[in-house]
Amino acid sequence: MNDASTATTWQEVASPFCGIAADDLVIEVNGNQLKVLENGDMINTPAFETPLGDIQPRIRGKEVTLEQAVSHIAEHLRTAKQPLIGGLGTDLNGARAAMALADKSGASVDSQFSPAAFRNILVLQDTGYMTTTLTEVRNRADVIVVVGSDIESSFPRFFERVIWPAESMFAVDINQRQIIYLGKAPSADASTASDGRKAEVLACDDADLPEVLSVLRALINGKIVQAESVGGIKVSDLQQLTDTLKAAKYSVFAWSGMQLNYDHAETSIQMLCEAIKELNKSARSSGLPLGGKQGDTTVNAVASWQSGYPMRSSFQRGYPEYDPFIFDSRRMLAENEVDLLIWVNAFNVEGTPPSSTAQTFVLGRSGMQFETEPDVFIPVGVPGIDHVGRTFRCDSVVSMPLKKLRDSGLPSVFDVLSAVEQAL
Amino acid sequence: MLLKLTGGRIYDPAHNQENVVRDIYIRDGRIVEKPADGRVDQEIDVRDKVIMSGAIDMHTHIGGGKINIARTMLPEDHAEEVYARTELLRSGTGHAAPSTLTTGYRYAEMGYTAGFEPAVLPINARQAHMEMHDTPIIDKGGYVMLGSDDFLLRMMAANADQEAINNYVAWTINHAQAVGLKVVNPGGISAFKFNQRKLDLDEKNEFYGVTPRDILHRLSTAVKEIGVPHPLHVHGCNLGVPGNMQTTLDTIQGAEGLPMHLTHIQFHSYGTEGDFKFSSGAAEIAEAINKHKNITVDVGQILFGQTVTASGDSMRQFAGAPHSHPNKWVCMDIECDAGCGVVPFKYKDQSYVNALQWMIGLETFLLVNDPWRIFLTTDHPNGAPFTSYPHLIKLLMDKTFRNDTLSTLHPEAQKATNLASIEREYTLYEIAIMTRAGAAKLVGLADRGHLGVGAAADITVYTDHEDREKMFAKPDYVFKDGELVVRQGEVQKITWGTTHVVKPEYDVGIEKPLQQYFDKYHTMKLSNFKISNDEIVDDGRGSLTIQPLHKGGKL
Repeated sequence: MNDASTATTWQEVASPFCGIAADDLVIEVNGNQLKVLENGDMINTPAFETPLGDIQPRIRGKEVTLEQAVSHIAEHLRTAKQPLIGGLGTDLNGARAAMALADKSGASVDSQFSPAAFRNILVLQDTGYMTTTLTEVRNRADVIVVVGSDIESSFPRFFERVIWPAESMFAVDINQRQIIYLGKAPSADASTASDGRKAEVLACDDADLPEVLSVLRALINGKIVQAESVGGIKVSDLQQLTDTLKAAKYSVFAWSGMQLNYDHAETSIQMLCEAIKELNKSARSSGLPLGGKQGDTTVNAVASWQSGYPMRSSFQRGYPEYDPFIFDSRRMLAENEVDLLIWVNAFNVEGTPPSSTAQTFVLGRSGMQFETEPDVFIPVGVPGIDHVGRTFRCDSVVSMPLKKLRDSGLPSVFDVLSAVEQAL
Repeated sequence: MLLKLTGGRIYDPAHNQENVVRDIYIRDGRIVEKPADGRVDQEIDVRDKVIMSGAIDMHTHIGGGKINIARTMLPEDHAEEVYARTELLRSGTGHAAPSTLTTGYRYAEMGYTAGFEPAVLPINARQAHMEMHDTPIIDKGGYVMLGSDDFLLRMMAANADQEAINNYVAWTINHAQAVGLKVVNPGGISAFKFNQRKLDLDEKNEFYGVTPRDILHRLSTAVKEIGVPHPLHVHGCNLGVPGNMQTTLDTIQGAEGLPMHLTHIQFHSYGTEGDFKFSSGAAEIAEAINKHKNITVDVGQILFGQTVTASGDSMRQFAGAPHSHPNKWVCMDIECDAGCGVVPFKYKDQSYVNALQWMIGLETFLLVNDPWRIFLTTDHPNGAPFTSYPHLIKLLMDKTFRNDTLSTLHPEAQKATNLASIEREYTLYEIAIMTRAGAAKLVGLADRGHLGVGAAADITVYTDHEDREKMFAKPDYVFKDGELVVRQGEVQKITWGTTHVVKPEYDVGIEKPLQQYFDKYHTMKLSNFKISNDEIVDDGRGSLTIQPLHKGGKL
């Protein structure tokens, strides 16, 4: 239908699909088809280029109008005993509308990314931390310790954008940056310096990380450690790491909550964060928690300012209540505590709702395929493709404006959830 | 629709009206002349009531990254104070760090119609506006923070001319959608990133060789020259450090006559005398303020109880972290732009230091003569939550109450103050100056803070109760832009207020070095940094009000 002559090219496009939210993408739009011309990667290119699928809402597989779908949801929501608004892959205004609807309908709210996000949030609520942000790391860090994470598999452009820029603002020699992996080894070479210098790896299993981190913390605090090795890592190597950290101008510990995927990983993060605080008694050091893709950081931020609590809270009693265990949506769904689920996932077609006994209404990216057709499916626009929006980056400080790149006519999550709230 | 408020006792300091009985007419959100035909659609009898314009909190942390960190960090603060949803109101929570909806409702219920976020980091301004957008009823605005940002420090290290700095400041105010300029621990937040642990007024940032005094001079000059009405808003060096009164006196002296607002002055008025090596510097500071007419201050009064301190001053917050209560805290280095620290804190009346802080704040209120140059704040939530303002007003207006409270505090602290001997009681007129006319003038709001024809009809109606805490906690009526939003202390209608900004001119040539700077060093594009007017309008309920500039020009 369209030839290249009618294509539009957008510059400085921000990607909501990855938590570092690179905003230098160049994207060509031809009708409804997008092509990432510059600065694509294995995460954001397929996410932008996913073809537009169906645009018509369905009730039990039958095509209906948006108004019919909305009033159908409202009708059932009115009588639901324990509704849940889950998934929550959305942007600022989608999150606002979800919170308003939850407040009005007595629903609980949770994000699909909470299992990872809460590994950090629980630390914040128990002891806190010292953290930094991407531009600060890019210009200032001389030692980067990657803890239990293979960053490049989840954040493909992290090293290019943050660790290996052409120059830094301060007297940091970029090429002398020390990268040390503690735990998982990197899956590829993004962390290798331009002169071929590879990252140092102190490898251990995830299961040994709690112990390794506690020994590192002890060494940072000048404690004598009797053991000679821990989790397969020589204590003398950890001592050397400690000396490096204490001599560093500005060290940074980076981790991905998603990749620290074991029970009570929050206690490992807490151990690390306390060690960072203690390093700062004499040196400078900061944490860099990586995460935040597809609205993950955004929905926690919006929920916190609107209700006082992040995800995993409920309005069932008419006011916000928070409990990271009780209102864990996976647990609630698995134990059949939810009778109505509104599942929001505007960013990707794979993120379908977990199977449950709840009546399920899906606001999903157009093209989403289901094993079991939900009661209602409303294809919604992608923030940053089909409508403007704003999304927070992993550091929870910077938020990016998202552009409308094409005119697909799809409603936004905000449009749909606001309409449901009106119809209640 | 023409509304008449009949027979109220007007306190309108902008028009020198103290307790003047006159009627007020309201149409289309504005105060208007008495209609020629005398026709009125609705009349409210407010005889014997005290009428003031809506109160303005010129320094309150209501939006942006650090206060939201405080919210997320403190579920226990919220569980203690929950607000159920009503037909009209959204639910919410929070005492020290309330949710945005609750913040708007509580302010309005106390007769406040505007609040200004004093620490908007340029890189985090978008978030600050999102949160303020979700704060109902009251007007809002922000002071954007420079002074530890590397772009400015690089300019200063390169000895850039003042014109270039003016352009940068004006550009930042425009694109962060701000109404003023703030500086926090000038250069100190940057210095902390280089592992400096203190920075006195004349001490150099190790990397840039720039001193806080230089930064204050450059920025206060810029504000004056580009015509921004609100003077440079200064959170000075050495916050909370015993002996910092000397730094504060030097800062006042160093302003060299340029307009400068010293915020939460209480935290900067400490001496080192006595057994505890901690004493009040309020008398000397107040004397300096009285003498230097270019200086304005807000107090940052502390009140006893649990709160949370949230500040851009990462250097001083890190130093204060061992005192956190409960024992958890956050410090952040941010984007070669700024930093922040969030430290929960409980002020105890039986702590010598906390009791003296309380006394120092009140001494300052009572010893500064000119209510047009001192403002009522608790630096919400750093000294206490804003909901304690009625209590604070009673402390200022009622000497017996003040001295009764004083007599219950740490006995050694009582010996270290002459507060009990200060006779002054604030009058209603002085309260109206501090919280209305003076605040509007200071922030640069042309159409707020007064009750003259043409003003926005932000009006608070009180019963003249002898107990001033009761009086100010629960006004009879609050009108926001002419609409009745609160009656008998309860919200009646939800409106959304406007965002006040200024738009100083700048030479667009400043974008050339900025573009290079962003491309080379940042992880965000210059184009994406800028906050559009559309973002403030947002989902349709926001609006932008551009306030007039002063005459600028080269000093």
